[in-house]
Amino acid sequence: MTTGDPGRPRTDRSPWNWLLVVPIVLPLLTFLYNADEPRLLGFPLFYWLQIAFIVVGVVTTTIVYRMTK
Amino acid sequence: MSAHTTELVVFILLFVLVSGMGFVASRWRRPTDLASLNEWGLGGRSFGSWVTWFLIGGDLYTAYTFVAVPALVFSAGALGFYALPYTVVVYPLVFLVLARMWSVSHVHGFVTPADFVRARFGSPTLALAIAITGLVATMPYIALQLVGIEAVLKAMGITGHLPIIIAFAILAAYTYQSGLRAPALIAFVKDALIYIVILAAVIYIPAQLGGWDSIFDAAKAKFDATPAPGDGFILNAGNQLQYVTLAFGSALALFLYPHSLTGVLASKNRNVIKRNMSALPAYSLVLGLIALLGFMAIAAGTKPVVGENGKADTNTIVPMLFDQMFPDWFTGVAYAAVGIGALVPAAIMSIAAANLFTRNIYREYINKNATDAQEAGVSKIVSLVVKVGAVLCILMLDPQFSIDLQLIGGVVILQTLPSVALGLYTRWFHKGGLLAGWAAGLAAGMWMLYLIPNPANGKQHFGGSAFGLSNLGFDTKMTIYAGFLALAVNLVVAALGTLLFRALKVADGEDATTRDDYFADEGDPKVKDLDLTGSH
Repeated sequence: MTTGDPGRPRTDRSPWNWLLVVPIVLPLLTFLYNADEPRLLGFPLFYWLQIAFIVVGVVTTTIVYRMTK
Repeated sequence: MSAHTTELVVFILLFVLVSGMGFVASRWRRPTDLASLNEWGLGGRSFGSWVTWFLIGGDLYTAYTFVAVPALVFSAGALGFYALPYTVVVYPLVFLVLARMWSVSHVHGFVTPADFVRARFGSPTLALAIAITGLVATMPYIALQLVGIEAVLKAMGITGHLPIIIAFAILAAYTYQSGLRAPALIAFVKDALIYIVILAAVIYIPAQLGGWDSIFDAAKAKFDATPAPGDGFILNAGNQLQYVTLAFGSALALFLYPHSLTGVLASKNRNVIKRNMSALPAYSLVLGLIALLGFMAIAAGTKPVVGENGKADTNTIVPMLFDQMFPDWFTGVAYAAVGIGALVPAAIMSIAAANLFTRNIYREYINKNATDAQEAGVSKIVSLVVKVGAVLCILMLDPQFSIDLQLIGGVVILQTLPSVALGLYTRWFHKGGLLAGWAAGLAAGMWMLYLIPNPANGKQHFGGSAFGLSNLGFDTKMTIYAGFLALAVNLVVAALGTLLFRALKVADGEDATTRDDYFADEGDPKVKDLDLTGSH
């Protein structure tokens, strides 16, 4: 538990936090994925791209966690 | 009946195993004394990353989710897939917010979101409004878990309510004895079973049905053939806004539910929460695959069970698909996964509801000087009452009523966002403004839900959450999530109300928290006595 400098109040602000915006906004942009083609392993774009967004979410939150802990 | 004997035997064996674990759980990480809400209701606030992952995962991804999401995909197609973006968006969205909530709750010993509002805005009235909102939103959710178990039982050809009453009696008994430790321990079994079943399903079933290509083609053919405007293989011009606002609105609502916060507050430090926000999406992947079971059911030609009233119960579509595709013993495992999947969230929800009653009604209005032991005692009793209420809901009312209430619950719980979530960031709002916004948001939400019909089952009102913008005079077929609009009304009224109350110099409540409380971590000093000051 770091208490930091007594003079400097603790904060949860960090430029890394902006990365969190990416997985929040990306899944809400329907024009990116609202189509059948191209298919991947039989999955239409609508389904495989949204499943791929999970990876974006995991990667960005992991980076922010590691950089701000 | 005889056709389902193997399934039933496997189901009962696993159910008994888990019930045993529930009772043993009271000795797990045994504290010196279980008689306080910290221990009974929050497992000692000591759970590490793994336990928290299973606990929150077991809490959020409920049996009803497993049954209802694929049922929605089966009948409406792409729109039902909203559950996936919803659970992708939610974790980065609450990443920082929950860490703050944990810290301030750690310092002040808060057990419920209403505890926080009480201290932050110094208003017991606002806290009571938040607590009652939480209770109203949680109760039908517990009842819905029974709908999940019922769907499985129906698929095994079991009718009548006795099995559900027995299952809930056992659940009530071990929750009473072990508190939050019971669902935390059972969650391990629940999640292991769910992962095994889903992995098997997404490998085995497509192989039987000629691959993913033909599954999606069958779904496309079905939705192309129907004239209904709301469904489709991908989204259409009318429901894209609904899809996005439903996903985003549901994400905003998720951690406002008291039971989600229970899992968060039970973790031992800030890093456990942050780490979990990057690990919990593993469940989203499972949820996405579960949603696609709806398409598999289309491709396999699965038919839902037709109830006594002659109406097909689409909630039975996944159990029927398993029955059709899997060997009997594995169908039993799959059914047990759904059944146990109902027990974990039902236990956590009843604990959360009980804590709300104890902390924000009993302690506030009935016994101001309640001891820790008295609080735990009241919570244990209330957790029983809540479960009896849920069973009665299912026995005496049409299950459809619980489903409607759950739909309303999402819109209702969103109205606590300005006080609970924004309250973690700003003390700008006046307590009166927040109360006015809450009331206005609820009224607007109810009005919109009332206006929504469901042509599929002939309902005139409360037929869904897709509010037609044409109701507001726009010349369009576009729909939007009613909760989202209601929240907008809430925020505008709360802001205007705050300005008005300030201008009229109406007294505001005291803030019992300090800036540093929001960043405190494990080992930092706590406030021993609760800062529950302020007037009614």
